[in-house]
Amino acid sequence: MQSDIFAKRKKDSLIFFFLLILLTVGSVVITQYDVSKGFTSLLKAFIWGGSNFYPDGKSLTILPDVLRKLWDTILMSIAATTVATVFATLLALVGSRTTRMNRLFSLVARGIASLFRNIPLVAWAMVLMLAFSQSSITGYLALFLGSFGFLTRAFIETIDEVSNDSVEALSATGASYFHIIFQSVLPSSLPQMISWILFMIDTNIRDATLVGLLTGTGIGFSFDLYYKSFNFHAASLVVILIVITVILIEMVSNTIRRVIM
Amino acid sequence: MKLELGVNREFSEPLLELKHVTKYYHGAAPALEDINFSVAEGEFISVIGPSGAGKSTLLRCINRMIEATSGEISFDGVLISKLKKRDLRKLRTRIGMIFQHYNLVDKLSVIENVLHGRLGYKSTLAGVMGRYSPEEKLQAMRIIDLLGLHDQVYKRCDQLSGGQKQRVGIARALIQDPKLILCDEPIASLDPNSAKIIMDHLRDVSAQMGITVIVNLHQVSVALKYSDRIIGVNQGKIVFDGSPSALTAEKIAEIYGSESNDLMVELGERYAI
Repeated sequence: MQSDIFAKRKKDSLIFFFLLILLTVGSVVITQYDVSKGFTSLLKAFIWGGSNFYPDGKSLTILPDVLRKLWDTILMSIAATTVATVFATLLALVGSRTTRMNRLFSLVARGIASLFRNIPLVAWAMVLMLAFSQSSITGYLALFLGSFGFLTRAFIETIDEVSNDSVEALSATGASYFHIIFQSVLPSSLPQMISWILFMIDTNIRDATLVGLLTGTGIGFSFDLYYKSFNFHAASLVVILIVITVILIEMVSNTIRRVIM
Repeated sequence: MKLELGVNREFSEPLLELKHVTKYYHGAAPALEDINFSVAEGEFISVIGPSGAGKSTLLRCINRMIEATSGEISFDGVLISKLKKRDLRKLRTRIGMIFQHYNLVDKLSVIENVLHGRLGYKSTLAGVMGRYSPEEKLQAMRIIDLLGLHDQVYKRCDQLSGGQKQRVGIARALIQDPKLILCDEPIASLDPNSAKIIMDHLRDVSAQMGITVIVNLHQVSVALKYSDRIIGVNQGKIVFDGSPSALTAEKIAEIYGSESNDLMVELGERYAI
């Protein structure tokens, strides 16, 4: 009997790998993608980058301006995240199985969360641009809506996973709905929620760059401007600053996570 | 809030009475079928039976954490099956509950978890803000001392051992000033040593404070050692209800069905204790 299980495992993994190869080859053939050319041009791109895309002495003169834009972008990302957190927490409490008031509201809340989460950030920015044109409010709202959907979803899962048992215990003591939320659900979920918020902030700083390209604001706009005027040294400085910022923010988040978990 | 209530065992007026209690989940077979028994004040009752017999459902029907499909349950002169939400909350403050997995808020300290037992008495705002009176805090400290958790008062509950967590669970139930404590498999996740400490505390709660205790148990030997009375449940029906001395090998066989052969050994332990 035992040998059958091992034979079955072997057969399953063979089938899995066969399907994977079939999918890859199929996609390549259908799209007429030239694999070898793809890899060689990647190499060429790196060579071009190495010889042109680096900051030089002259580009350092734009540093104060870029840093100010970067600072704006960071603050905007944080503001979008924190405001989204407030709304996401409320909606997550309605949507979570543990804390929901009734099934219908929960379903609606989950629906709203999925809708907002599944619309790509770029699409949000494009749609919002129709209403607010190219301004920082467009960028802010796009980040806010994307974060709102994502955080709601993450918070719903956190609440479901973390607080079931103590909720039962507190309702058995005669505690009311709001007692249970504030004394059990939030304290249990908070570390996990903060972790998600930090993740969202560093994702948003990265995405703010992309949104800025579209809305003509923040650090994304600086990059766009320098890049399109063939000032590659300045553009590369912008990229390097963004990378450093994201790494720094990530280090800070990790430290905070270690402390609170 | 009176801890030293003194032993008050007048087995006359029942504290708790279940009449024809039946519970159906989805499906045809009932989880509980026509359960009838009454409990006198101060009794220590063990409910035993195989897994899935309906012990947990039975316990949770008493404080309506699970709604019974039909039947009547009265507690302290009140028909609880008819209570509205607000009155149900008030009733639950008089019934403590202890769980197999302790069900504490792990991220909060011992004292905060113990004080959760007072939430049922609080207004919405006071409870949300976690405002407790000095008397409540003193009482919490007294109960924590009583359960030997003095050194753990400000520790976060995720740093405690299983036995310590369960004692926090008992403290949370005691500060409710309950007339009845329901225990759902309180020692099923504990090592024998911690299990004995917990069972001894529960016996003290019953004997010294006059609080009625109903415990779901897996171990027949523990039920025999600690209880005033044992209720045996099988497939949602009460098949035994009597004193530990009346629980014969045949009765155990009836409660546990085919598993009973292994349990014979445990029955022998009664005479060894």
